[in-house]
Amino acid sequence: MSFLEVCDIHAGYGGADILKGVSLSLREGEIGVIAGPNGAGKSTTLKAVFGLLHVSKGAILLDGNDITNRRPQELVRAGMSFVPQEKNVFPSLTVLENLEMGAFVRRDDYGHMIERIFDFFPPLREKAHQPAGELSGGQRQMVAMGRALMTEPRLLLLDEPTAGLSPKYMSEIFEHVVAVNRSGVTVLMVEQNARQALAIAHRGFILASGRNRHTGTGAELLADPEVARSFLGG
Amino acid sequence: MNEIVFFINKVLVAGLVTGSIYAMGAVGVTLVFAILRFAHFAHGDLMTLGAFIAFALTAAFPHAGAIFGLPTAFVMLPAAMALTALLAIWIDGRFYRPLRERGAKPVVLVMASVGVTLMIQGLLRLFAGTGTRSMFIAERKDIFRIELPFELARRKIVITEPQILVILFAVVAAISLHWFLTRTRTGKAMRAMSDNPDLARLSGIDTQQVVRTTWIIAGSLAAAAGTLLSLDVALKPDMSFNILLPIFAAAIVGGVGQPYGAIAGGFLVGFAEVLSVFNWAILLRPFRPLLDGVVELPTHLAFVPTEYKLTVPFVILVAVLVWRPTGIFRGKVI
Amino acid sequence: MTTYRREIILFALLAILYGAVFTLFGAAYGLRMSVEALCYALVALGLTIQWGYAGLFNAGVMGFVAIGAFMTVLVSFPPNMAFWNSDMPARLGTVALYAIAGAALTWGATRLNRLGVPSRLRTLIAVMTGAAAWLVVSAALDPVARDIERQAGFIGGFGLPVLLGWVAGGAAAGAVAWFVGRICLGLRSDYLAIATLGIAEIVKALLKNADWLTKGTLTVSPLPWPVPTPEQVGFIWGRALYLALMATLVVVAWALLERAWRAPWGRMMRAIRDNETAAAAMGKNVNRRRLEIFVLGSVLMGAGGAALITFTRIFDPAGFLPLNHTFLIWVMIILGGAGSNLGAVFGALFVYVVWVMSEPAALLLFDAVREAGQAWFGWQAPADLDSRALQARVFVIGLTITLVLRYAPAGLIPEKATMQAPRPSAREKN
Ligand SMILES: Nc1ncnc2c1ncn2[C@@H]1O[C@H](COP(=O)(O)OP(=O)(O)OP(=O)(O)O)[C@@H](O)[C@H]1O
Ligand SMILES: [Mg+2]
Repeated sequence: MSFLEVCDIHAGYGGADILKGVSLSLREGEIGVIAGPNGAGKSTTLKAVFGLLHVSKGAILLDGNDITNRRPQELVRAGMSFVPQEKNVFPSLTVLENLEMGAFVRRDDYGHMIERIFDFFPPLREKAHQPAGELSGGQRQMVAMGRALMTEPRLLLLDEPTAGLSPKYMSEIFEHVVAVNRSGVTVLMVEQNARQALAIAHRGFILASGRNRHTGTGAELLADPEVARSFLGG
Repeated sequence: MNEIVFFINKVLVAGLVTGSIYAMGAVGVTLVFAILRFAHFAHGDLMTLGAFIAFALTAAFPHAGAIFGLPTAFVMLPAAMALTALLAIWIDGRFYRPLRERGAKPVVLVMASVGVTLMIQGLLRLFAGTGTRSMFIAERKDIFRIELPFELARRKIVITEPQILVILFAVVAAISLHWFLTRTRTGKAMRAMSDNPDLARLSGIDTQQVVRTTWIIAGSLAAAAGTLLSLDVALKPDMSFNILLPIFAAAIVGGVGQPYGAIAGGFLVGFAEVLSVFNWAILLRPFRPLLDGVVELPTHLAFVPTEYKLTVPFVILVAVLVWRPTGIFRGKVI
Repeated sequence: MTTYRREIILFALLAILYGAVFTLFGAAYGLRMSVEALCYALVALGLTIQWGYAGLFNAGVMGFVAIGAFMTVLVSFPPNMAFWNSDMPARLGTVALYAIAGAALTWGATRLNRLGVPSRLRTLIAVMTGAAAWLVVSAALDPVARDIERQAGFIGGFGLPVLLGWVAGGAAAGAVAWFVGRICLGLRSDYLAIATLGIAEIVKALLKNADWLTKGTLTVSPLPWPVPTPEQVGFIWGRALYLALMATLVVVAWALLERAWRAPWGRMMRAIRDNETAAAAMGKNVNRRRLEIFVLGSVLMGAGGAALITFTRIFDPAGFLPLNHTFLIWVMIILGGAGSNLGAVFGALFVYVVWVMSEPAALLLFDAVREAGQAWFGWQAPADLDSRALQARVFVIGLTITLVLRYAPAGLIPEKATMQAPRPSAREKN
């Protein structure tokens, strides 16, 4: 029984459809990685799943419930969180306030969650009262993930969490993703650094021009010579 | 010494009062800018409207102030603020939200706010005429003359009760605003939405609630500014476009979308105005005996005649747009 | 194939409306209204290209109109000999020299950093120099202005041909627009609205208070006409000739704009308006194009203002004070259809009649209200009900603006979609 099921969706930005039939399926507790060339529709897929775009055809199921074209607010309540590719923090708010905004939908006491996130991303603890806009790229990415984790989501959508980071930070972020996943969060992420990402993935989806090109487990895709040639740079 | 006292009366007090009024208006403008991303041209008339509501309440209960020992209009201020805030929310729902939901460009919303301002003007003129009124109906304006303990100063510092109220109210409002924006959930959500509306939406922040709160703050501050201004001077139904320019200048100087900037900008514009129309020849008067026969000192030496006071905010506006379009506090420009 | 059925019907209705005015109020009145409406049409054309072609919000239309009006008075009014025969032109010249010297000094101070002065100190010196120069110049101007007012009334005009005055009016309005546009056009669209509002308020303050230039409340009249005046040929003929002149001007302006709109220049403007980012990416200088449009529109407004004031024959600064007229012109163009030149002309002709007729209509309505109130409720109407009724008409302007924006954003005569693909969806980020 899959946890997230995306069936043949079509979606776009008002003009022609960018997604022309994308399907994904992910079991609870897995990491799914979406890879593919620039402009393939990876970000668009995440946005469609999170209700930011109108899905004109196809369906999206979360834990068996149809969530196609639901508003983001409802999806947050349904246990989903999204970290966009860019502009994913509130720059003039402090780190702590960023986390609080992540918990906006929660009316209960979420103090323990903030502690957990500081344990998770130790650099954030000492910067708690600094505006997020003043942090380094890697730390900002941590704030962004922390913000998304505040609702204790069951499904976390990450769009290129390592974009623009130095290799050192990159592997750190991957470690964090794995740790988040171990704590029971299903992760669906888009990655440019497909090799590293597929290495930690349970499921991999390679898109091109708005369609699925290859699907398989992370290991399968890494082993596939065709995938390696066309999408992993040799 | 007398000259210094004169300076305090004419510049310090007047600058603080004008600055407070502009600051309260500019905070509203800047918040609307931050959350809804358009220049709200109806803000001047929102102030007038609030003042008229306070006036109507004062006329209905002319003796209410005596109970507290304060001007009645000031006692009525909370009610006027609440009513104006409700009206602001209603105006948004009727006239701005439909356009917003259609995805109209910001400049179309500016246009709509001009439409709203004209409607308010029309209604006010229809129901209240065009004459100037005093907010003091059953009472008189208290004037305090503070004597200085020095022998040298025979002049007294003159300050009226409304002027004291304006300054105190502005201080309280600024502190409450700071508390609200940094300590409350909705206040932080407001700053978040100003920073990054898309992220705010997908974090699950209730954007409708933030918009409502924005109008509550903007509307109630506008009502307060309008009422206090009318208490200090008089209730004029036609002030809207005149007050709009200094308020926008203050918001832009402070950095659009930056509430603290708007406060700073308000005082900057207020003092600039007061200093430009101040007759500097007065301060030179003590030197007259020394300079007699050397140079002739003019009796009137002001940067701008009072009739052209409006050029001051305009010049400030232009200067900021030319040299530092982001304003002091780095606001949003594009 | 685009058809013009809608246009024909609307203009036919307009003709009937004007016919009714002519028959009800007589030819002299009808002609007067037609001429004034055509002057407004020129102004409206200026605004419709700013708003409709380029999306520029000009909140100070009346300011530009007033600049044009003042310039034509200055250029074409007969010279005031009481002024020219005194020592005052010389004194005024001295003040002008002071002003030039002050400006030069200030400009020089801004260049001090070239000589190695630190830039902070440079700025301080420049600001101080500017302020000092300003004080000196205004102190020098003050007594001259007072003497002119006392001895000669005002400086008078130059007695040049009227049409030259109109050209000067357009040019002056365009120059001011260039200055404002240079500052604001690269920034948020709202800033232009704020700055033009400021310009209008300042022009208003100047005209109201600089009596030595404008004669203030004493008003300047009679202004010379470019065609024979009613005194020479009678009301009907004089106005009819003026009408012919204005009609020619409006048609010429309209035809030129239509041509420009279909030319590559117009295509580029549309590209910029519809998708600024894409146009900028294609290497178009967006702000330069916008500045052109803004100046061109303001030239039309200035010329329209000049024509209007010349027709009324009396320059009364107070006549420009109701800045709300700015928004009357806005109603004309958004009701007519933003970006549609025919729409602007139609809007101007239509809205102007309605506006003029709304005056007696409002009075009648409120008379009825007063009667009814008195008869049924014993209500004592306020004494100034009539003036209130007239003032309250701005409510209708505001209501029209909001209603049109919401329910008919394209106006009555929408811009013809002669071009390529449909516009990108409005939901795009703006
Ligand atoms: N806001 C938008 N409006 C219109 N078209 C868009 C928008 N965002 C993206 N597109 C188009 O959608 C297509 C897919 O974009 P998308 O961002 O999904 O690609 P991607 O796979 O995430 O690529 P990248 O690796 O560059 O992030 C592209 O052709 C792009 O031009
Ligand atoms: Mg992407």
